[in-house]
Amino acid sequence: MRTAIEDLDVALSGRTVVSGVRIMAEEGEIAGLVGPNGSGKSTVLRTVYRHLRPHAGRVLVGGADIRALTAVQSARQVAALPQERGTDFELSVREVVAMGRTPYKRAFAGEDPTDGDAVAAALDQVGMAGAGRRRFSALSGGERQRVLLARALAQDPKVLVLDEPTNHLDVRHQVELLALLRRHRRTTLLAIHDLNAAASVCDRLHVLHGGKVVASGTPREVLTAGLLAEVFGVRAAVVDHPLTGDPLIAFDHRAPVFPVSGR
Amino acid sequence: MASLATDAAPGAAAEEGPGVRTVRTGWVAAGLGVALLVALTASVCLGSTQVPLADVWSAVRRGLSGSAPAPGTRDLIVWQLRVPRALLAAVVGAGLGLVGTAVQALVRNPLADPYLLGISSGASLGAVAAIVLGAGAGGLLGLGLSSAAFAGALASFALVWTVARRGGGFSPLRLVLAGVGIGQFLSGFTHYLVLQAGDEQQTHGALFWMMGSLGGAQWSTLALPTAAVLLALAVLVARARALNAMLMGDETAASLGVDVGRLRRELFVVTSLLTGVLVAVSGAIGFVGLMVPHACRMVVGGDHRRLLPVAALFGALLLVVVDVMARTALADQELPVGVVTALIGAPTLLYLLDRRLERT
Repeated sequence: MRTAIEDLDVALSGRTVVSGVRIMAEEGEIAGLVGPNGSGKSTVLRTVYRHLRPHAGRVLVGGADIRALTAVQSARQVAALPQERGTDFELSVREVVAMGRTPYKRAFAGEDPTDGDAVAAALDQVGMAGAGRRRFSALSGGERQRVLLARALAQDPKVLVLDEPTNHLDVRHQVELLALLRRHRRTTLLAIHDLNAAASVCDRLHVLHGGKVVASGTPREVLTAGLLAEVFGVRAAVVDHPLTGDPLIAFDHRAPVFPVSGR
Repeated sequence: MASLATDAAPGAAAEEGPGVRTVRTGWVAAGLGVALLVALTASVCLGSTQVPLADVWSAVRRGLSGSAPAPGTRDLIVWQLRVPRALLAAVVGAGLGLVGTAVQALVRNPLADPYLLGISSGASLGAVAAIVLGAGAGGLLGLGLSSAAFAGALASFALVWTVARRGGGFSPLRLVLAGVGIGQFLSGFTHYLVLQAGDEQQTHGALFWMMGSLGGAQWSTLALPTAAVLLALAVLVARARALNAMLMGDETAASLGVDVGRLRRELFVVTSLLTGVLVAVSGAIGFVGLMVPHACRMVVGGDHRRLLPVAALFGALLLVVVDVMARTALADQELPVGVVTALIGAPTLLYLLDRRLERT
């Protein structure tokens, strides 16, 4: 469902960390948030899944302000994969995925066939159909991320919010997870560090710098040598990916970094 | 599909449970229920005077029918002393199992315990202050004592909460450290009060009770803890899914529609209320709140819809058995039940710590 963040300001402990942010994802689009550490990506996403309350501005999902909804109502619209990575408690994979049904359940209610179907379908989508009984804390990093994605999918959301879902994963698991996102495409807000992955996976990119959006557009429009120098402080050439034709950023790891403006 | 369904309700049998375990929760609950009945019966039979099973049943039948026990008979021992004591052990054990489970979810640490948060130290201080300064030994188990313990629990909770929240941040680790520190501080006060009390009889009573004892059980002292345990069970089971979500982290819980701040406040009130009421009737019985949720999680898993009822049942069973041990271990003397739980619980804690260190 079309998702728009309008003129968002967020202050944490009295300090403004995000201001005037406008970000948009059309229905079915994957919109990427990129930017250096501390640029405000996670903060923006946290307001979408209601961990943080915006100071000003609003988040619209399908035209409705999510702050006008109850927490449960908005959890039926927006599912998130925050940077939290799990638990020491003895939960099975299936129990973790079944948490996605939380916003649909009343107190004391048991699980009904709809819940069971949603959980099974979500596990199937991430390729973990046979793993329901395994212990979550014993999974590998890549498996954990897929299970947490399944939990978000079981929530049956209109919008997915993913905060650095490929962090700490090896290359194969990064590719696998991002391929999953493209295959089961739905409106997605994705914060991601890897600019080449962002260029391949995202339909639209928003570059954050010092709490402000400094560029928005398709990956090809946004990812230019000039922007990379100005925002990230690195020297790079943008070429065509020989296999996919997507923009491919070739960093110059020998050049000294540039000073960056802002913050 | 076999892996699909299972309701949380204990007793709902048959379908394959979703999880790493193969044991079904319904069977576990039924087994614990039967074991609890057996343990309660044994608890009434055993003690300084052995009572044959037949006499126990006839005394219980007469007691339930409301006829006064004949003076000088075993009926009196059974109905006025042993039965209330066995029931109090079950109620306190169930409550400790519930409090432990709730606190572990609250601080997101399976090695936490209500005692770590300093809540029970506050409850003890409130109760001891009431014993030493105010009410005499006769008022040991009255409502006044419960109120004082509850007030102490709430006050220490507020203090721990404030200290842990200083600087705006909140982390489970900070909370636990604040709880330990403040708990030690309050315990120091409690010991000071006990030592200041001139009356030796009173001091002895307070010390015995501080170590955790079920010796004061009477029919009249059962109602309040029973009501508190049932209330806490209902409140917690109603929030079982939210508790599950909390295990994954605050942000995940928020994204699942859980009002994390409100849930935390509710959990603090429920845990301090229950701790206060339990400490007032039985003193500070340690380690049950740590061991019970841990053991239950290994059998039925971490889903609170199943964990909470099972933890209550297992806590009840454990404390009834421990109380029998405390009463029969020494020929001429009764041990405080908290001494026995510490002797079992502390090595368990060390074992769990060791295992966790290996795993990480």
